[in-house]
Amino acid sequence: MANYSTSEFKGGLKVMLDGDPCSIVENEFVKPGKGQAFSRVKLRNLMTGRVWERTFKSGDSLEGADVLELEMEYLYSDGEMWYFMMTDGSFEQYAAEKRALGDTEKWLKEQVAYTITLWDDKVINVNPPNFIELEVVETDPGLKGDTAQGGSKPATLSSGAVVRVPLFINQGEVLKIDTRSGEYVSRA
Amino acid sequence: MATDWQPTAEIATLRARARLIAALRAFFAERDVFEVETPVLGHGGSSDVHLASLSTQAITPAGRETLWLQTSPEFHMKRLLAAGSGPIFQLARSFRDGEVGRRHNIEFTMLEWYRPGFSLAELIAECDALIRHLLPQDPGPLRQRRYRTLFREALEIDPFSVALDELQRLATKHGGLDMSDSPRDDCLDLLMSLVIEPTLGGEGVDVVVDYPASQAALARRHRDPDDGEWVASRFEIYLAGLELANGYDELTDGDEQSARFAEDNAQRRALGRPEVDVDTRLLAALAHGMPVGSGVALGLDRLLQLALGKQSVAEVMAFATPRC
Repeated sequence: MANYSTSEFKGGLKVMLDGDPCSIVENEFVKPGKGQAFSRVKLRNLMTGRVWERTFKSGDSLEGADVLELEMEYLYSDGEMWYFMMTDGSFEQYAAEKRALGDTEKWLKEQVAYTITLWDDKVINVNPPNFIELEVVETDPGLKGDTAQGGSKPATLSSGAVVRVPLFINQGEVLKIDTRSGEYVSRA
Repeated sequence: MATDWQPTAEIATLRARARLIAALRAFFAERDVFEVETPVLGHGGSSDVHLASLSTQAITPAGRETLWLQTSPEFHMKRLLAAGSGPIFQLARSFRDGEVGRRHNIEFTMLEWYRPGFSLAELIAECDALIRHLLPQDPGPLRQRRYRTLFREALEIDPFSVALDELQRLATKHGGLDMSDSPRDDCLDLLMSLVIEPTLGGEGVDVVVDYPASQAALARRHRDPDDGEWVASRFEIYLAGLELANGYDELTDGDEQSARFAEDNAQRRALGRPEVDVDTRLLAALAHGMPVGSGVALGLDRLLQLALGKQSVAEVMAFATPRC
């Protein structure tokens, strides 16, 4: 991979730092009146999601990271690995480990497209779409006529996630969920 | 459709900028400081080790020559002073390669002015008056802070006497990068930028004085009357964490100036940076004689950023470098 010097650091650039691929969040040029220039850089570690703050001398460089973000459909899991397929017609498949799935495991649904981050051709992160439609597989029976706001109860969805839903929701209904907050949005 | 043809400042902001510049010209007119225009291009570049000059090739009566784009209008203005101009100011387009960020733009406007016969204290008072003239609200009181005191308060070290390895250890700790081979001034600069600067100018106009003699640039040096330490006769003004201005009790000794140019180029060689053509005409002007006095360079875009409540210099410039 190419090397990038501090003047080329910009939001979204993928670089290697301490052996992990990182995405640059922010690069602030710092320079005292008559002194040496520095770059204060915020980077998101793509393996852990943690944000690091580092300072570099102007002109220092980092190795680029071979990182790609691609859309892939979820296919199935064999219990050990989770399989995804490219949506570009190539039918190319990638397997993700549990570690790469992280929280996304509870938002998996077949044939839904996820954003997959590949580093050196390995899946390191799986991001769900912002909204997903999932079926209620278990919840207390709905209270007839109670469509008022306020009351809520837990419901288990087909993907395994448990979310708070209004009291009038019944088993078997399909709901729209915001995966960023894990909150019920509406009936689908 | 692409939107990067659009200005980086709102039109209303550019209108406000024009109004503030008119107010600035009125400020100097009232004080009998006249406006000059000197060339952006020059035969000599800035030798400052930490400034990267842009240069260009031009066909002149002397043939094909390298000309330097100024990093500030200092050299030409000092030649006017030596020629007897008296007090002068300039709004000068200046260029510093590689400097782009929230507070920096490669091409920017430097407000620079010179006051023959002024002491540093008199020039500090004038700077403060100008800042208050342009800001819409009272920025708070003017406070003078000594470089040494700032380091003692923030880091519990004496920047003049602390051992180099202790300084390197502190810079490494606060910077989060390896500074164990860095020279003294680089460590001090890093600590100044990352630890001290963000605390300055929060409650008023902070003026930092008595810099280490090694950071004198084109200022005189003098012995501190209290502790006998050699310090640079210069000041910097901070407001809201932003470095706004850099003022000098100007060096007028041509031989000393020549020695500092040579020192800078020697440092440049040691660091593997390109050497800069020394401005021999400035040296000749100093040899002829430049009146003793003070001068200051103020980053106009930063002051306008504060006056107009913006978050970056790009927001007060028609087209910041990425869109030029």
